[in-house]
Amino acid sequence: MNITYREAVRSGMREALQRDPRVFLMGEDVGRYGGTYACSKGFLDEFGPERIRDTPLSESTFVGAGIGAALGGMRPIVEVMTVNFSLLALDQIMNNAATLRHMSGGQFSVPLVVRMATGAGRQVAAQHSHSLEGWYAHIPGITVLTPATVTDARGMLLTALEQPDPVFIFEHAYLYSMEGSLEEGSIAVEISHAAVRRIGKDVSLLTFGGSLWKTLAAATQLAQEGIEAEVVDLRVLRPLDHDTILTSVRKTHRAVVIDEAWRTGSFAAEVSAVIMEQAFYELDAPVARMCSEEVPIPYPKHLEEAALPSAEKIAQAVRRLLR
Amino acid sequence: MTVSMTREQGLELLRQMLRIRRFEERAAELYQLGKIHGFLHLYIGEEAVAAGSIPALTQDDAVVATYREHGHALVRGTSMRSLMAELYGKATGCARGRGGSMHFFDASRRFYGGLAIVGGGLPVAVGLALADKLQGRARVTACYFGDGAVAEGEFHESLNLAALWKLPVLFLCENNLYAMGTALARHQSQPDIAGKARAYAMTAHTIDGMDVLAVEAATGRAVESIRQGQGPCFLEYRTYRFRAHSMYDAELYRTKDEVNEWKQRDPIALFQQTLRAAGLLHDEDEEQLETSIAAEVTDAVAFAEAGPWEPVENLTKDVYSRTVGDQQSAINEKLNADR
Repeated sequence: MNITYREAVRSGMREALQRDPRVFLMGEDVGRYGGTYACSKGFLDEFGPERIRDTPLSESTFVGAGIGAALGGMRPIVEVMTVNFSLLALDQIMNNAATLRHMSGGQFSVPLVVRMATGAGRQVAAQHSHSLEGWYAHIPGITVLTPATVTDARGMLLTALEQPDPVFIFEHAYLYSMEGSLEEGSIAVEISHAAVRRIGKDVSLLTFGGSLWKTLAAATQLAQEGIEAEVVDLRVLRPLDHDTILTSVRKTHRAVVIDEAWRTGSFAAEVSAVIMEQAFYELDAPVARMCSEEVPIPYPKHLEEAALPSAEKIAQAVRRLLR
Repeated sequence: MTVSMTREQGLELLRQMLRIRRFEERAAELYQLGKIHGFLHLYIGEEAVAAGSIPALTQDDAVVATYREHGHALVRGTSMRSLMAELYGKATGCARGRGGSMHFFDASRRFYGGLAIVGGGLPVAVGLALADKLQGRARVTACYFGDGAVAEGEFHESLNLAALWKLPVLFLCENNLYAMGTALARHQSQPDIAGKARAYAMTAHTIDGMDVLAVEAATGRAVESIRQGQGPCFLEYRTYRFRAHSMYDAELYRTKDEVNEWKQRDPIALFQQTLRAAGLLHDEDEEQLETSIAAEVTDAVAFAEAGPWEPVENLTKDVYSRTVGDQQSAINEKLNADR
């Protein structure tokens, strides 16, 4: 069945709300407005204002309230409109959500799910174009998911709600209108492994989220030139599935990591280090990274495109590596 | 002054204040001896607030406190033994030694910390209250914080949200006049804290935090009103910290005269006078209280000393409940079976 990514997120939330009375949704404009990205359209009528809660523009407090509600026995889904605004809630995420289980000696669980849009590519300029999921993946105590397919967009949410610990789901804003085929029978999906989205033998392209589709396009282009690229969708940034990465690299002996965040201190650097530490002698070439330019993302289309990874730039990086 | 309490009630209030003070005096000594490390923020001078307010809560209610929370945990009923062991960092501590002085936790008493980022506890308290409201439980969440938190955005966001959604939160501001070393008048354009709460359409009162009976009465009324579904309530207790902010504070920001002036209003001494004047406290009562508390403190120190250290093999335990992979198959089975 073909559905949009938006519809997949919506159907995942709807099923969760129907299935479990402890689940409720809160965030900015999730109710009357129907969600900034229309992921909760119609929910207010279907589930009522107690369970679909429009919040003030108070990111820190409604994320913190999600933590408290989770401690109090609920299963909150908190929608932070975009990753850009999540910075206002970083204290609650890092100092409370991520620490409470450990700091309390295992006494408290925070079964909280936080969703937010991430990424650039829509000409919304520097303050609305961040890709910070790699930052969040730095924090022990939380799980970081980056669904790239409609099956993951729906299924990861359902799995996340079953976790006893906080889960952060980053939905690339560019993907909401994308159509995809929802795998038959998919309810929950596993969130332990990366997935090989295309099999190849010449180079491993390691990526996640919105960059998956650019990477697959690059692989198609490269195939016409006789280069068979393997594309690995990391899916889960924390805890990161090392095995799938290493298995692929041990087969292809070359790797390019594609990450829409800035190169310096990027998640791509982490993936690169994992390969270096555990498969250095398997490599026929240095690990390459394709990341965004080190610049606040500019507004004009030509400059934004120049700043971000693209299928063509990814293909170029592979050609350089194989030269 | 007319006192309408029984001898037992009076002695219990005094006992709780004295337990806090003697526990902390000992903790300060142990800090000097190198038994306790890191930050140690003493509550001495402010005991009437915890001792007078916490008994207004039932065991089903919740408490969210700050890094200056020794007194709150003691009055809430967490054993002095496990608190002292936590100060030592022992595995027998109330948070298995993971938190220390600033991070006391006790799930069995719904004591949610020990949260040490100023203002960070308010949103959590709002959420605990939201969970109660959504589940139809008539419970109250008591959230303690200092005057320093009033400058944080989370203070304003949380008061607004709690009032907007009529959540059963009791906000308890322990106004000891200093945000660490910055006096209230130096960080607030409008130093009337209760007035700020009223601006969020919330009932708010300012109380003499050195008078344990005033604290008890005001808190009892506030808890009652919240439990009846009247929405959140705000209490500002005017109090004073007699000791340094933490163990590393030269106290350059206030004068000795000012501290001495406030010590004239020591909540314990004031209450002892009240009890004696009412004929409810005699020399032998005081001796008996002091003796039994000294024994409790000595026992707590012995317990902390004797407790084991957490094995280093357990270092990364409790970061997650289990590894995500372990749970995955079970979750999928459950979800698919539900279908």
